[in-house]
Amino acid sequence: MTGTILTPGSRVGAETMEKAARGRSLWDDARRRLLRNKAAVGGMIVLGLLVLAAIIGPYFTPYAYDQINKDHVWAPPLTQGHLLGADSLGRDLLARLLTGLRVSLAIGLVATTVSLIIGVAWGAIAGYLGGRIDEIMMRVVDVLYSLPFIFFVILLMVTFGSNIILIFVAIGAVEWLTMSRIVRGQTLSLKHKEFVEAARAAGLGDGGIIAKHIIPNLLGPVVVYVTLTIPAVILAESFLSFLGLGVQPPMASLGTLIANGAQDMELAWWLLVFPSLTMVVTLMSFNFIGDGLRDAIDPKDR
Amino acid sequence: MLRFIGRRLLIAIPTLFLVITVAFFMMRAAPGSPFDGDRKLSPEIEANVMAKYGMDRPLHEQYGAYLAGVVQGDLGPSLKYKDKTVLQILQENYRVSLTLGLSSIILATVIGVSLGVLAALRQNQTTDYVVMTIAILGVCIPTFVTAPVLVLVIASKLGWLPSAGWNGGALPNLILPIVVLTLPQVAIISRLTRAGMVEVLRSNYIRTARAKGLPENRIVRRHALRAAILPLVSYLGPAAAGLITGSLVVEKIFNLPGLGKFFVISALQRDYTVVMGMVIFYAALILILNLIADLLHAVLDPRVRLS
Repeated sequence: MTGTILTPGSRVGAETMEKAARGRSLWDDARRRLLRNKAAVGGMIVLGLLVLAAIIGPYFTPYAYDQINKDHVWAPPLTQGHLLGADSLGRDLLARLLTGLRVSLAIGLVATTVSLIIGVAWGAIAGYLGGRIDEIMMRVVDVLYSLPFIFFVILLMVTFGSNIILIFVAIGAVEWLTMSRIVRGQTLSLKHKEFVEAARAAGLGDGGIIAKHIIPNLLGPVVVYVTLTIPAVILAESFLSFLGLGVQPPMASLGTLIANGAQDMELAWWLLVFPSLTMVVTLMSFNFIGDGLRDAIDPKDR
Repeated sequence: MLRFIGRRLLIAIPTLFLVITVAFFMMRAAPGSPFDGDRKLSPEIEANVMAKYGMDRPLHEQYGAYLAGVVQGDLGPSLKYKDKTVLQILQENYRVSLTLGLSSIILATVIGVSLGVLAALRQNQTTDYVVMTIAILGVCIPTFVTAPVLVLVIASKLGWLPSAGWNGGALPNLILPIVVLTLPQVAIISRLTRAGMVEVLRSNYIRTARAKGLPENRIVRRHALRAAILPLVSYLGPAAAGLITGSLVVEKIFNLPGLGKFFVISALQRDYTVVMGMVIFYAALILILNLIADLLHAVLDPRVRLS
C-alpha cells in the first residue's frame, strides 16, 4: 500500500505533507476519486432515495398494494387519492410500484449475494490451488458460459413453479460465472505476494490463507462487479416476470408492473410509464455507481 | 487452423451433450405432462398415448432413445402439434427469428462501430458525451420497456407503422421489432468500440503512422480500427445470447411467429420434444458463433496463434 508519491521539488502544502506522512490507504484514495465523480454521486443519492422509498414507502400509502377498489378502476393519476392512478382492479399504482421496487431490489441484492458467494469461493479456490484443479474448475466455467442460460432459468421456473426463493437461486446461479473468472485472475497474481509467503511461513493453512489474506485483498474488483451485477439481476428477474414466469400476482415486481402496463397501455398510459421510468432510473443509478467505482478503484489512466 | 477447429468441435460435443442431459431431466422433473388437456383423458387412452411416444418406459431408457435419435438428426415428434415433427417446427419458424436477429446484429454493428469511432476521435468533446449518454440509456432501458412504448407512440398514437404481426415479412412490420432489438446492442457495441479505439489511438504504432505522415483517415481505417474492434469480435457470442433473450420478448410483444415465442409456450405446455429441440438449436448456435469469434480473432490479431 503506497501513499502518494512525492517527487522532489514538487511544492506540497503542510496539510498534504501531514496527510502523506500518515499514509493514505488505497481505499481513502478511491473514496476521494469516487466522490469527485458527479454521475456516481448523483447515482448514489438517487439510489439512496429509491431504497428509502422502497423500505418505508409502503407504510405511508393510503392504499395497500393488493387492495382492490371496484369504484377506482382505471383511475387516472391524481384522482380519488391515487397519486399515480390505479390499475384494472382499482389497485393503487403508487403502492404497487413501491412494493414492486422493494421486491426487485431485494431480488437484486439476494441473488447477487448468492452469485458473490459461489463466484468468490470458486474463483479463489481455483486460482489458489492452481494446476490441474484450476484447469478443471475453469473448464467447467467455460462450458457453462457457452450455454443458453436464459433457457435453463426458464426451464427451472417452469419445472419448480415460480417462487421468490427459486428466483433468487436461479439467477444467482447464473451470474456467478464472471465473478469467478475475475476472482481467479486476481488470486493468481496475489498468491505469490510476500504477505502470503509470510502467512505460510507463519504456519497458516491453505483455507486460512484464502479466507484471511486472499479474499480481503480482492475486494476492489469484486465490489465493482457486484454493483454492475445487481442491475443485471434486476433486469433478469423483470425479464422473467415479463414472460409471466417471475413473481406471481398479487405480488409485484418492476417487471410484472411493466408487463401489466404494456397490456393495458392503450387504456391507461400511467400503468406503463411510471413503472418503466422507475426501472430505468434504478438501473441507471446502479450503472453510474458501478462505472464510478471502477474508475475510482481501478484507475487505468489517471 | 483445421486442427484448431477440430479441437474446438471436440470440446463442443461434450458441452452439447451436457446441455441435452440437463435440459432433458429438468423438463421431465416438471410436474404435469403434455397430455394434461382441458378434457381429462381416460386412463386407458392416456396409457395408449404414453405408449405411442415411448413414455411408458423407464426414464433412462427414454433418455437413451432420445440421445440415439439426436445423433441421427431426429429430434422426435411434437407432443402438442400432433402432425408435426420438431424439425418441421424449427424449419417453419426459424426464418422469422433469423431475419430479426441478423438484421439487428448487422445494423447494430454498423451504427455502433461508427458511433464508437466518432466518440473516440472526439474524446471528451460534445459528440463523445452525446454518444456515451445514448450508450448508457441504451444499456439501462430494457427491450420490454422500449417495445411497448414504441408501439404505443409510433403504432397506436401516430399510426405510422403496424403494431404487431408478421405479414409475410413486410418491411413496415419489421421496422419496430428490429429497432427494439438493435438499440441495446448499439449501446454496448459503441461503448466497446470507443474503449478499444481510445486505447489503440494512444499506442506507439499509431504514433509511427502519424509520424510517417499518413492521412488521418487512413490511420483510423487501416491501422486503428482493425485492432480496436478486437473486443467486439469476442462480444459476438454474448451478443447472440442477448439477441435470443431479446427475441423472446420482442416476438411476444409484436406477436411474431418465431422460435422464441414457441419456447416459452412449449415449456409451459410440457411439450418436451419441442423444448429440447429449441435448447439444442440455440446451444449449437451459440457454440458455433463462439468458434467463429475465435477464428476471426486469430485472423484480425496477428499476435494470436491458434494452438
